[in-house]
Amino acid sequence: MTVTGPPALLRAAAVCKTYRTPDHLGRLVLDHVDFALRDGEIVAILGKSGSGKSTFLRILAGLVPPSDGIVEYRGQPVGQPVHGIAMVFQSYALFPWLTVLGNVELGLEAQGMSAAERRRRAVEAIDLIGLDGFENAYPKELSGGMRQRVGFARALVVNPDVLLLDEPFSSLDVLTAETLRGDLLDLWDDRRIPTKGIVLVSHNIEEAVEIADRVLIFGSDPGRIRADIPIAQPRPRDAQSAGFRHIVDQVYTLLTETGRDGRRGAKPEPIGIGYRLPDASVQQLSGLIDTLTEAPYHDRADLPHLADEENLDIDELFPLIETLQLLGFAQVSGGDIELTALGRAYADADMLARKQLFAEALLKHVPLAVHIRRVLDERPGHRAPAARFLRELEDHLSEEEAERVLETAINWGRHAEIFAYNYDSEVLNLENF
Amino acid sequence: MEQRWGLPLLAWPLRLRPNTWDLVALPLVLGLVALLAWGSLAMSARYHLGQPLTISLDPWRLPGYALRTVLRMGWALVASLVFSLAYAALAAKSRQAEKLLIPLLDVLQSVPILGFLSITVTGFIALFPGRLLGVECAAIFAIFTSQAWNMAFSVYQSLRTVPGELIEAARMYHLSPWRRFWRLEVPHAIPSLVWNMMMSVSGGWFFVVASEAITVAGHTILLPGIGSYIAVAIEQKNLVAIGWAVLVMFVVILLYDQLLFRPLLAWSRKFQPESSADDENVRPWFLLMLQRARIFALIQAGLLGATRGIDGAIAGLSEMRLRLPSARPQPRPLFERLFDLTVLALALGAAAWIVVFIRAHVGAAEIGWVFVLGMITAVRVLVLIAVASLIWVPIGVGIGLRPKLADRVQPIVQFLAAFPANLFFPVAVVLILRYRLNPEIWLSPLMILGTQWYILFNVIGGAAALPAELQRAAQNFGVRRLLWWRRVMLPAIFPAYVTGAVTAAGGSWNAAIVAEVVQWGKTTLTATGIGAYIAQTTASGDGARIALGIGVLCLYVLAFNRLLWRRLYNIAAERLRLD
Repeated sequence: MTVTGPPALLRAAAVCKTYRTPDHLGRLVLDHVDFALRDGEIVAILGKSGSGKSTFLRILAGLVPPSDGIVEYRGQPVGQPVHGIAMVFQSYALFPWLTVLGNVELGLEAQGMSAAERRRRAVEAIDLIGLDGFENAYPKELSGGMRQRVGFARALVVNPDVLLLDEPFSSLDVLTAETLRGDLLDLWDDRRIPTKGIVLVSHNIEEAVEIADRVLIFGSDPGRIRADIPIAQPRPRDAQSAGFRHIVDQVYTLLTETGRDGRRGAKPEPIGIGYRLPDASVQQLSGLIDTLTEAPYHDRADLPHLADEENLDIDELFPLIETLQLLGFAQVSGGDIELTALGRAYADADMLARKQLFAEALLKHVPLAVHIRRVLDERPGHRAPAARFLRELEDHLSEEEAERVLETAINWGRHAEIFAYNYDSEVLNLENF
Repeated sequence: MEQRWGLPLLAWPLRLRPNTWDLVALPLVLGLVALLAWGSLAMSARYHLGQPLTISLDPWRLPGYALRTVLRMGWALVASLVFSLAYAALAAKSRQAEKLLIPLLDVLQSVPILGFLSITVTGFIALFPGRLLGVECAAIFAIFTSQAWNMAFSVYQSLRTVPGELIEAARMYHLSPWRRFWRLEVPHAIPSLVWNMMMSVSGGWFFVVASEAITVAGHTILLPGIGSYIAVAIEQKNLVAIGWAVLVMFVVILLYDQLLFRPLLAWSRKFQPESSADDENVRPWFLLMLQRARIFALIQAGLLGATRGIDGAIAGLSEMRLRLPSARPQPRPLFERLFDLTVLALALGAAAWIVVFIRAHVGAAEIGWVFVLGMITAVRVLVLIAVASLIWVPIGVGIGLRPKLADRVQPIVQFLAAFPANLFFPVAVVLILRYRLNPEIWLSPLMILGTQWYILFNVIGGAAALPAELQRAAQNFGVRRLLWWRRVMLPAIFPAYVTGAVTAAGGSWNAAIVAEVVQWGKTTLTATGIGAYIAQTTASGDGARIALGIGVLCLYVLAFNRLLWRRLYNIAAERLRLD
């Protein structure tokens, strides 16, 4: 395969990842991902949870082997973590028993560098990232923002060519994240760090559009690149400018498209019982519907605006939106959400009627709920262990995801009163109906 | 920046200058070194089987005996530490080893420790002919078996729960497997290892006392130590000597508590990812001294330099040669199936061999009788746990709800749990003889004398952990008396109580071997039970019957763990967690 244009620092070709399932069929989480990180470029990867974006980053890092396809760093295959690529982790991954200095020195120590040289470079990196005075502090003495600074110092001290960032700002509060992001961009734009390329996995759309030269949108089930959006505006970018808002809108549109193959306006494919039900609670759903009926939305809202106004992270907002779409309570197109007649009816109904509407929607649109109810109806005692459904789900989903999806289905079903669940015996049943 | 870096270098001479802490520290260090040297030399003295080892009841000899006892404990601890790290690392890194080692650990945990002694002592004596070291090793091994299993288990669990991102960070920054073990996995395991280690040592005093007077082939070997001192005092019906022994043991455990237990626990908090509330304010004086006195800074720097050197050399070696797999290898179904079958066949073979061996010497009726004996001891254990719970749960709750009192009482309870209850057995015997009590009933409390504190300790902890809001809520709704116990306090302390009860029950099974047969001079009191059966067969050196007794006891302990405690544990973990 030949690459045109500037030579790639890091390149992935036709990367696939399959996870083993109990029935040995395998579950595809990444499907033929092609990617190239060019010299001097920041690339952000956005996608819903379950799009495999984090797995993809770990494949780039050499932490997870791809099932198929190759990853190359400067023309050399990446099978293990290689020198020249450093990573910053979502929950900092600092060693609690080492001081700030010890944590930063660790990577150098493993390279067999002399103690004095190590100390000099570590102190330099600590100063660079603004941690001076905290050299001898333990991570537990530091705030989240300071801890992540240690994470950055540890990555930068090895003078990496490529910096891989796994949602590094998502554990931080908004203001702290803003500051740290700004500081990192300053270092990058002023070329005070030798790093030549950055890959950022994020679930914050505004953050990605603010930082990146290119935004990749990952689609779900299986994960693949659905769109590649270049952002030509010079940094620092004005988040209120028309150009910026336009790109944010575009990203929202792409991420909320129902057509699972990504084609605009495609008819939604029918979903099966193994569909990854979004992680949404009934309380939040009702809350969102109520909000949408009120001013200033009046049944229709621009998604970026809604997220901003209601202070919702996309990890919180997207599952809600997907559920509303799934149940037929709302429609999404072009980055806007609009309540359907059914959604409107739900908003106007009282508590009992709402339950009724919710139950009808579940039994019409959620195959897993339909399946559970049918099994319970058919069984003589109208009881079935949860483990039975869990096993079925595990054919389609990872163990953790299967548990989460079943829990979501049980919560919805309990609220709708289409079945009941006993926590102690872990049995689903039709008692009291 | 260069200048700032220069500062610590300039500070070196200052760091070396002694300070006031050194006034205490220096004699302590020198004395400790001298004592260790003397005790270790005495350990390898010449000895041949049959030679009488005289133990003097002169109280002035007691400190020397105590030191020998402490040394035995120390060596057992070192052995346990090395064992648990190696065992756990092997189990955590290899899927095959795990399948064999972890169930094995589960069984070993339920084997009565004192049973090991009679089996292993002859082997150890053969290992060091003409030296006392063999007998010392047998005693140390017995203590080792009381400590190693739960330490290994704790390390194994820690190794399996290293946070994924930390492993990834270690890999990203190219730590070799050797470095990763010492820099990531061991430190991560330290808090729980230290806690388990200290608990083991507390329990170990009981066994160190019990394992010093060993009977081999009709000869009683008395290893110099507190346990032998007690044995001789019992033989000579000397209550005053027993009083002295209790006093010295009291001092020994106080020192252990102050010099090892508290400092180590406080130090291990450094390895926890988040600081807990009681982190900084309670730093034990000894740890403070270790951290402040210059002499320790010097020693530490020396040790650190040495370990760095070794570490560097081995890290380089492992980089070059031992390209250990960085993750657990992918499973190979066919190979695994074969491995499982082999292990299963070996286990069945071993079991069959034991059954054949026992059947060759022991009749079916006696085997049945031993199971009945086991049942009798089981009833004793359960009744004792119930009685101890009735007494200590209300008291523990009362203490736990008063935080200031709880802070003061907890160390005392820990101390009581560490104190070897067998030192008090003679007192009980004297009382039973004087008041002509029924030994079948009145020997039983001895089994729980030392282990009841675990119930109290955990109940205090559980009650203290109940959020104040829940208590206020209960008050607010007027929940009182019986309803309060049923709906508020008992469910709240249940998980902690189960932990305490499991520990207490396990300890009581073990104590049965020494508590069901006790002596005072020429008088022997016996309570019917499997503990007495094992003690008697051990005294007569009847291999098949010892195996039978220990085997049946193991079965009972395993059955109780599976059928009772684990279930209660699961209920506690699933339903009654406070989070």
